[in-house]
Amino acid sequence: MSATITAGTVPGPAKDLQAARALGRRRHRVNVVIKVLCVLATIIGLLLLASILFTLVWRGATGLSLVVFTQTTKPPGSNGGLLNAIVGTLIQTGLGTLIGAPIGLMVGTYLAEYGRGSPLANAVRFVSDVLLSAPSILIGLFVYELVVEPFGGFSGIAGCLALAVLVIPIVVRTTEDMLQLISPSLREAAVALGAPKWTVIVLICYRAAKDGIVTGILLAIARIAGETAPLLFTSLGNLNWSISLTQPMASLPVTIYQYAGSAFDDWVQLAWVGALLITVGVLALNIVARFALRARS
Amino acid sequence: MQQAVALSASRASRRGASIGDPIFAGLARASGVLVLLLLGSLILSLFVGGLPAFRQFGAGFLFSVTWDPVRQVFGAGVSVYGTLLTSVLALIFAVPLAFGIAFYLTELAPSWLRRPVGTAIELLAAVPSIIYGMWGFFVIVPIMSQYVEPTLIDTFDGIPVLQDLFAGPPFGTGLFTAAMILAVMVVPFIAATMRDVFETVPPVFKESAYGVGCTTWEVMRSIVIPYTRVSVVGGIMLGLGRALGETMAVTFVIGNADRISPSLFSSGNTIASIVALEFPESPAGSLKLASLLALGFILFVISFIVLAISRTLLRPRLKV
Repeated sequence: MSATITAGTVPGPAKDLQAARALGRRRHRVNVVIKVLCVLATIIGLLLLASILFTLVWRGATGLSLVVFTQTTKPPGSNGGLLNAIVGTLIQTGLGTLIGAPIGLMVGTYLAEYGRGSPLANAVRFVSDVLLSAPSILIGLFVYELVVEPFGGFSGIAGCLALAVLVIPIVVRTTEDMLQLISPSLREAAVALGAPKWTVIVLICYRAAKDGIVTGILLAIARIAGETAPLLFTSLGNLNWSISLTQPMASLPVTIYQYAGSAFDDWVQLAWVGALLITVGVLALNIVARFALRARS
Repeated sequence: MQQAVALSASRASRRGASIGDPIFAGLARASGVLVLLLLGSLILSLFVGGLPAFRQFGAGFLFSVTWDPVRQVFGAGVSVYGTLLTSVLALIFAVPLAFGIAFYLTELAPSWLRRPVGTAIELLAAVPSIIYGMWGFFVIVPIMSQYVEPTLIDTFDGIPVLQDLFAGPPFGTGLFTAAMILAVMVVPFIAATMRDVFETVPPVFKESAYGVGCTTWEVMRSIVIPYTRVSVVGGIMLGLGRALGETMAVTFVIGNADRISPSLFSSGNTIASIVALEFPESPAGSLKLASLLALGFILFVISFIVLAISRTLLRPRLKV
């Protein structure tokens, strides 16, 4: 059968070997060109990251000294540091996480354990997904309207609340995903021993999903530690030493914002130091979070 | 006796269950409802806060290009224009770059390189917005004003439409530079999403295409992209949603001007940047503050629509 089919008897136009070779060469060329372009795109992406990191180290490392960590922000020319900004960022990030993470954990638990498939759960999941990418500046305006204006002034606690709102959807996402990964047999074993559902969730599921949940919280901390826009309208920033939650509170990002745009060289220098600190912190948290999750899977 | 203790203990624990279960379930459900309330009150507070501006200027607020604090006349036109222009321009820069990176990471990179390169790209997404602002202002703006913008102005000089788009003094700041910084910021989001959806293509589809002699690019074009088209659009929309509301980076480089001019190199505004820059000079209760809150409401509506579409397109294929 196969012997009867030759090039001449194949229906359609006769095969032009020359044209076929030319086509093959062109396909090969296109393939190579696209591949090279893709490699270039990746190199550009990596160079951008390298450029940012290099700029930060180049400009920031020269100003790094003990004074930065021991002195508060001072008027230009008087050798100030960033102590109040660093402490302010730690307080607001810490409290924001403490407020937001438990709520996010409970929402994630609800989505994974209680509300599967229910309309309410679908609505919550949708809203949480939208909040995850919603402009953070709007969260700031929201807390300004809700807390700052009615209670008469900018305050550290308002900053914490704004950051907490940002934490919730991040923790919701990772908690739900991690709880869904737990094998049913683990749950069934606990239920068979007579444990009530909430005990199963708290003692079995949370433990099994611990690494994933912790990863989510670390990523949330990394995200809010560098947030500036929501703090502009809530904790405002404070050039004096203050750790009172009812007073305006300094934070690294806001101080960087104020200093970087100033006309004083030593303030701009301090802004670069602050930028280096915050970026190193945020990237380190990200890497730690990734390793925590990877060790698991 | 021992039995009695055990019995009462087990009763106590059962009572604990009968109380504990509804309490825990109630707490979980209440937290879920709290998230809904959060979004509801977010919309409501921006709308109520912006109401005086909507009352004063009516629907014309959305299109009016006047922003005059002295005469107390405010309009959203300039900043809405700036927001949309910079975001769309950013996508034009970002999408090809992100596609190249995603293609490289899924099809081309040797397996030992995929994880480190992928992580580096994801770290780009983790860098705080304000750092992009400083980097943009101190590194990119000088490059733009000395090399890129003069070159573009010279190149397009004399070509009818383009010479108006690329005109004016090359300050380095402005809409074009803001769009470029935004592009750098959204590339990792789009690239990571594209990579994740490309990986959902069943290997047998690709193997069949390779089997009939397709090149890598042909497999990408004829198999991977058609299979993932909807999710790829979803990933791009996710990037758009991020770009629309980006504040600090844009604030540093956009130049803050309250007018629309045809040149891409001119200074401008986005909703987020004008809110951040003008807020300190807007006392509580003023019409200006109400206008800023109204702008916030408009931004929320735009990004909500974009993010909702993005999520609808992405969710079936991928948990993003």
